[in-house]
Amino acid sequence: MSLENSVGVVVPQRVRFNEPMTLKSGARLPGFELVFETYGTLNAARSNAVLVCHALSGGHHVAGIYADNPRNVGWWDNVVGPGKPLDTNKFFVVGVNNLGGCYGSTGPMSLNPETGKCYGADFPMVTVEDWVAAHARLADHLGIETWAAVMGGSLGGMQALEWSLQFPDRIRHAMVIASAPKLSAQNIAFNEVARQAIISDPDFHGGHYAEHGVVPTKGLRLARMVGHITYLSDSQMGEKFGRQLRHGEHKFSYDVDFEIESYLRYQGDKFAGFFDANTYLITTKALDYFDPAYAYDGDLAAALARAKASFFVASFSTDWRFAPARSREIVFALVHNRRHVAYAEIDCDAGHDSFLLDDAHYHAVLRAYLENIST
Amino acid sequence: MNFTAKERERFDFAVIANWIPPGERVLDLGCGDGKLLRYLRETKGVFGYGVEIDHESVLGCIRNGVDVIQIDIEGGLSGIETQSFNHVIISQALQAMHGTERILGEMLRVAEEAVASFPNFAYRANRAAIADGHMPVSEDLPYEWYETPNVRFFTIADFEALCSKLGIEIRERLAFDENGQLVTDDPNLNGSLAFYRLGRKS
Repeated sequence: MSLENSVGVVVPQRVRFNEPMTLKSGARLPGFELVFETYGTLNAARSNAVLVCHALSGGHHVAGIYADNPRNVGWWDNVVGPGKPLDTNKFFVVGVNNLGGCYGSTGPMSLNPETGKCYGADFPMVTVEDWVAAHARLADHLGIETWAAVMGGSLGGMQALEWSLQFPDRIRHAMVIASAPKLSAQNIAFNEVARQAIISDPDFHGGHYAEHGVVPTKGLRLARMVGHITYLSDSQMGEKFGRQLRHGEHKFSYDVDFEIESYLRYQGDKFAGFFDANTYLITTKALDYFDPAYAYDGDLAAALARAKASFFVASFSTDWRFAPARSREIVFALVHNRRHVAYAEIDCDAGHDSFLLDDAHYHAVLRAYLENIST
Repeated sequence: MNFTAKERERFDFAVIANWIPPGERVLDLGCGDGKLLRYLRETKGVFGYGVEIDHESVLGCIRNGVDVIQIDIEGGLSGIETQSFNHVIISQALQAMHGTERILGEMLRVAEEAVASFPNFAYRANRAAIADGHMPVSEDLPYEWYETPNVRFFTIADFEALCSKLGIEIRERLAFDENGQLVTDDPNLNGSLAFYRLGRKS
């Protein structure tokens, strides 16, 4: 990786909150830890802080590299850094691993103080609302009363939206990218297939696989394969793989015939090697449950009435997981409420994953919006 | 007098701004890079959104700090609630859209009053160009036929006939020649650019 315009070597930090937290489900966490990273410098007025929220598989490592592993580049390194669209010369950027995650924040792999064993399936379900409540404690810890912006793609965008609703006075700009105000039945259906793949793995053991010294890798692998299909566009998959054969001929077997099979297996194996199955389950449920309009009889405009932030909303033309129409729902609900909003529908071939890619127009739009945010 | 491009833009803005009371809610269709909205915000304190399909223009709006919604107006304005704006503006963009009737209908659905401006294809110089055997190229029609974004070629007379057919009330009309002089005598012949205030017949 080129270190040009990189935040360079970064070191994760950890904070413990001893105050118990009651979750949306009613369950109670007796305190928790969050692992996070920061880039740039918080200014004297503490007015230049930007929180970057991660999606399903992301974490607190948003930008830069680790000294002991220079190949571990942050998941949004192409956006965050000195001179990049989210310019760390201007902003103080915070990345945090969400509650229930598997990169160091308290989650299913953490020790349950009540049993002395790892939580596993006993870790309570957390929601987007709970994540935001936890982020707020981190903001308090960092001395950030108001975020200049909270931003994220996909599930990260939902957190930015939720920030504007739960803490309307603590966020000046919400940047909601490749996201949706709630999942569709089809979105939930894909999540359910992923969950069933994990739960039906013989190594799952009701979520207490750690006690058995195993990992439900087969299920996790399948879940990731299904997910990956939804992240890409049909056209891009066709362009990248088409019907290319691995061995140049039909093998009449269930081994890899087509390149796309090889790609999905590779992605599945890679993911199953590091991601926690319980975190995957919890995160997909958090996605399913997110629906700010639920308490307003499905009226999104009514739900967004309490938002005060200015919004940046962006979608991608070939994203069929969270299609542009889903972003427009948010935009028109904001227009109803007379909120400031800039909405860009970006032409990009890469489907849902476009939000992670280095598309020149996308980055120009991000940069333009962020440049106008006063600090 | 010859306008510079910037003076010309300011002139158009000033004509439109004259019809927009301070503090209004405004929707600008085909808003380009958002300069008109910014002007209206700065001079009239309006709260408004631009609507634009072109990627570079949307980027321009964001750079200009103007609220913008990137959608295709040809598909209608179904996300925007009925009578939710005081004024809807379409400034020299109507001629570049196909669904003229539908767009006019949508404009007067979402706003109390519409402001529309467009180049008059029956302007004397344009007629002369056609008589000379060529499509007109002028201040207000600055494109060659093979690169023009315009898809609807109409005149002041045509537009007024369509308004009549659609039950749209013309509340005010201003026509200007290429030098920015107000035209009162036979605007369909002497007017290069036309501005209208439109409403629903009550």
